[in-house]
Amino acid sequence: MTELQAGRTDSLGVSGVELKSQRGQYLDVLVALAAFVVLAILPVFFGSKALLDFVIRCSAFGLFATSLNLLVGYTGLISFGHGMFFGLGAYGFGLLMQRTGVSIPVAFASTLLITAVVAAVIGAICVRLKEIYFAFVTLAFQMLIHSTILSWTSLTGGDQGLRGGIPRPVFMGLDLSNHLHLYLTSCALLVLGLLLMRQITQSPFGYTLRMIRDNANRASFIGIDVWRAKLMIFVLAALFASTGGMVMALFVSGAYPEFAYWTISGEGIFINMLGGITTFLGPMVGTVLLLTLNDTVTRLTEYYGIVLGIVILFFAIGLRKGLMDFAFDWYAQRRDQVRERAR
Amino acid sequence: MLEIRGLSKSFGGVKATDNVSLDFADGSLTAVIGPNGAGKSTFFNLITGALKPDAGRIVLDGIDIAGRSPPDIVRCGIGRAFQVASIFPSLTVQETMLAAVCVDQRRAAMLHRRFPLVEARERAEYAMELLGLADQRGRTAATLSHGDQKLLDIALALVLEPKVLLLDEPTAGMGTEERWRMIDRIRELWERQKITVVFIEHDMDIVFKIAPSIVVLCYGRILATGAPEAIRRNQAVIEAYLGTEHHAGAAV
Repeated sequence: MTELQAGRTDSLGVSGVELKSQRGQYLDVLVALAAFVVLAILPVFFGSKALLDFVIRCSAFGLFATSLNLLVGYTGLISFGHGMFFGLGAYGFGLLMQRTGVSIPVAFASTLLITAVVAAVIGAICVRLKEIYFAFVTLAFQMLIHSTILSWTSLTGGDQGLRGGIPRPVFMGLDLSNHLHLYLTSCALLVLGLLLMRQITQSPFGYTLRMIRDNANRASFIGIDVWRAKLMIFVLAALFASTGGMVMALFVSGAYPEFAYWTISGEGIFINMLGGITTFLGPMVGTVLLLTLNDTVTRLTEYYGIVLGIVILFFAIGLRKGLMDFAFDWYAQRRDQVRERAR
Repeated sequence: MLEIRGLSKSFGGVKATDNVSLDFADGSLTAVIGPNGAGKSTFFNLITGALKPDAGRIVLDGIDIAGRSPPDIVRCGIGRAFQVASIFPSLTVQETMLAAVCVDQRRAAMLHRRFPLVEARERAEYAMELLGLADQRGRTAATLSHGDQKLLDIALALVLEPKVLLLDEPTAGMGTEERWRMIDRIRELWERQKITVVFIEHDMDIVFKIAPSIVVLCYGRILATGAPEAIRRNQAVIEAYLGTEHHAGAAV
């Protein structure tokens, strides 16, 4: 390569990157559409209810876990209480549908609004705290919400959960009491949710978050209002977690205190450890892994906890990375090898 | 450009900064020197908002910035480079520059478009070239050599187009030759960009050769200010700072 050519490549360097980022946006939409199509035609080939149920559960937990990674992997905010928004979504939606006569889209939007307000208040208190205290206080808030759900029996049904099912008035031709319709709606929510979260991570705001994760002090000396950015992502992540909760509520036709218990937050963390936090789809892979593990192990033995514990330890201490982290590293290594050979 | 009046800061009983008043003229290049513990870094921390002063005013281009938060102060036009390179390990050089420009262009919270933005391209490119980092653009910051990390650190401060650039020991951790290259580059930057530069430095050879004006701090107080020759001959400075060599020389 002559110096002139090298010079031109250099000056194209930045715009080359920029073109790639615009292409990335189109590519992601295409991938999302393709994924939805694949999921949508799945029932045609595999009609088993169990498989469709599995996918619906993956949607709920996939949204939850990916939203948690927005906090953990992209911003460095380790939240132990993220499950509170999953529970809030389930109960909020369930209660709105049971107690008021609104349509599903209205209940959906209203639940998101309620979640946003709660997340803003809790976030405003928590995000200014340093690492370990942030983890503790988010957990504390989750336990507060869980306790409220347990004790406010007249509203929430206490430890029995919301009973009587969730009314599902038809909207836009969709009847969510129909299993197939529920399946398609869950898939749509998952794909759309992932696409939106992807946009967040690849936007300028996404890079603001990365800067905060890497070096919050320097980020502040560049002019970033760290508190405000953290609060913003805290609320956004809560919205997607809440959506996961709503899918779950529709799936089980109710809401249970377990949806707001710390174990949900724990499962979110496990999923992220299994799938890896350095790639965007890591949590989704982790979700499929955890749910598969859950289903197969509980069928074979009652010692699910021990098996899960061993698997987690293996990934956390042995491999030190999640599955997608490995996949990405392997791919990056191959790519560098190809480049070396090309030289 | 930058006027300090009666700046003071104490930690418990220790007066880290004691009634400091200084003027940094627009476009000046000043070295701040002094023995360890003289309060040089505290001085920088007070100006950049890392610490809140107990008393005093810091007037930048007519605006009093004393006591404001770091993001505020940065937006008013103070840039700071750190003694130990403070960068973003997982971002590439290019991404670092582009991200910093995005923030400066008030787009840190933009959600609907993809990073990097076209508008950030020019400034990022310019800053990389200025610091000689353009050929390393694709390298992750964590993989850069120590010297290059310091360059990136300075680039991060410069790319925000500050009115005053504070460099905290820019040659720290470098061998002699690398030091001169770094300080030459800084002098070149200063001449090209025509901004006000203040730097903390320990290497006296460099200070006396490069800086048109020098401030000597000791025990949080200003010991002397002036041109290199005047400082060199200042009795108080010699005693407090350059003194021990002098006495050792005399003893032999």
